[in-house]
Amino acid sequence: MTLLNPSVSIKNLDLSFGAVKVLQNLNLDIGDGEFLVLLGSSGCGKSTLLNVIAGLLEPTDGQVWIKGRNVTWAEPSERGIGMVFQSYALYPQMTVEGNLTFGLRNAKVPKAEIAKRVARAAEILQIEPLLKRKPGALSGGQRQRVAIGRALVRDVEVFLFDEPLSNLDAKLRADLRVELKRLHNNLKNTMIYVTHDQVEAMTLADRIAIMKGGKIMQLGTPAEIYGKPQNLYVADFIGSPSMTFFDGTVEGDVIRIPDHDLPLGTYEFSQRPATGRPAIIGIRPEHVMTGDNLRSAPYTAEVTADLVEPMGSDTLVHCAFGGQTMRVRMDGQAQVKPGDRLMIGIDPGAASLFDKETEARL
Amino acid sequence: MADVGILATTKAAEQPVAALLDGPRGPKPVRRFSRSNIIIYGTLFVVALYYALPLYVMIVTSLKGMPEIRVGNIFAPPLEVTFQPWVKAWQEACTGINCDGLSRGFWNSFQILIPSVILSVAIASVNGYALSMWKFRGSEVFFTLLMIGAFIPYQVMLYPIVIMLREAGLYGSLTGLVLVHVAFGMPINTLLFRNYFASIPEELFKAARVDGAGFWAIFFRIMLPMSLPIFVVALIIQVTGIWNDFLFGVTFTSSPERYPMTVQLNNIVNSVQGVKEYNVNMAATLLTGLVPLVIYFASGKLFVRGIAAGAVKG
Repeated sequence: MTLLNPSVSIKNLDLSFGAVKVLQNLNLDIGDGEFLVLLGSSGCGKSTLLNVIAGLLEPTDGQVWIKGRNVTWAEPSERGIGMVFQSYALYPQMTVEGNLTFGLRNAKVPKAEIAKRVARAAEILQIEPLLKRKPGALSGGQRQRVAIGRALVRDVEVFLFDEPLSNLDAKLRADLRVELKRLHNNLKNTMIYVTHDQVEAMTLADRIAIMKGGKIMQLGTPAEIYGKPQNLYVADFIGSPSMTFFDGTVEGDVIRIPDHDLPLGTYEFSQRPATGRPAIIGIRPEHVMTGDNLRSAPYTAEVTADLVEPMGSDTLVHCAFGGQTMRVRMDGQAQVKPGDRLMIGIDPGAASLFDKETEARL
Repeated sequence: MADVGILATTKAAEQPVAALLDGPRGPKPVRRFSRSNIIIYGTLFVVALYYALPLYVMIVTSLKGMPEIRVGNIFAPPLEVTFQPWVKAWQEACTGINCDGLSRGFWNSFQILIPSVILSVAIASVNGYALSMWKFRGSEVFFTLLMIGAFIPYQVMLYPIVIMLREAGLYGSLTGLVLVHVAFGMPINTLLFRNYFASIPEELFKAARVDGAGFWAIFFRIMLPMSLPIFVVALIIQVTGIWNDFLFGVTFTSSPERYPMTVQLNNIVNSVQGVKEYNVNMAATLLTGLVPLVIYFASGKLFVRGIAAGAVKG
């Protein structure tokens, strides 16, 4: 997807440390006001990419454009970006106010203007009572708010977040996530957000870029990424617990997996494979139907529960199916014990089919 | 909101709990005079005594008059306390033709110490900051070269330095000696500062760069306010090192008028003419050691903190 008027644009970006290629020929356009999440496991190059956009790392080749300006050689402070770090990176010897104003004082912004911007940021983030305190006297959540405030007062077009919530405990992380989303809705700035947490990615993003080995594996809306993963890596990475994969062969309108022939009548092929082609079908635990939903299932089977993981809101049942241990997500109210027989239904229309050789979606 | 059922169960449980409490309960009692404690504290006491005894002898002797010293009870406290030896050591003791005591050496040492310490700490801190935060192509090589300098014995370099100073017209002057001290303090202090700055989170540095701070702004406004402990350590290392230096002082100063205190002390104590005035020698030695002592006592906790901070990361 090429955007007509991208806010941030990465063009043919390469970055290597010696022989190690961290980013390889990377192209990415980020729209105005878009919330883009760079998602991947550690070492995939997502933070490196963010640092290159910020100007904290020099690319080996390629360009970075922000707001229609080639900023590849520009200093971080000249790029019109604000950045929030995982460890907050607040200046410990300055007060909160000092932290917020440090960049503005460096840029010789007039005093009245500084006061105005600090007041606005403090109001948005509700940190007015903290302005005179030192970072050491703040809690983790408050520190992260101040760090966001430091980006906010800069009045920039683009916000960069480098795993900003990873140092917080689970409850606070969920709270701040909602606040970040609200902030984006109000400010309408372009935001680029690096995380390894797929829940954060799914909930916050307009679009997600899933990265692996310095390349973008798939770029799309959360719904696309979740519903139509373009390759096996993305399919396996997104979703918790992840899909169960079955090896099989496509033969006409069915995929033949061990002990079962699943009908593919409802599946939307992007490219129909030749008969006999080895393929992999991935089924999400939440797409396996049980109970009342069974009636609409194109294919049903009886299985035995092996292991039951109650999680409160829902219950995860492991059972043997098609030569694999399949995970089935059931209602939290379901009374299932190991050894119970249960009927499951599968709709291949909701599943994902991949070519075994290329690992690309069929 | 205890209902009857719960109350009943607690009641029933009370009996066995009381019985359980008969055994060991709460913190384990500590025996103060256990065998291992006696051994540990005994050893510590003996070792402390062993270390403190020479100092005691020095202080006591420096407060005695010569007749009392000749009696020979070196451990005995002074019968008659006199500060005359201290006054003599400071004002009147003779080295060669000068008979104005250690005071001359003290002021010489002071004139060497102040610029040497300020210059070396200032340069080393910037070096360490640049080498840890602003890595450039070849910065590691540069650092390794600097480190190699720390391991070459000083004696090897004495003669070349004499020649260099002579060519520069600085041989024999205090300025020349200051330059030598600054140069030789560089490796260890750069290492110290580099390691300290390397332990400061990199994100802090990145945040400052995004905030538009340059090389000096980050150094003075972000890094310096955070690095008091390591400055104290560097200060102590430099002050004691330079104050106690004898080799450079005796090599690079050409006339007795410019000898630092340590060299002058040596000349007083080792003078072969006349009577050996032990009390004056002891007083002179204590006077010479006073500056590093004061520094240690004044810095205290900061020193320990700084040593720990600078030592962690390699």
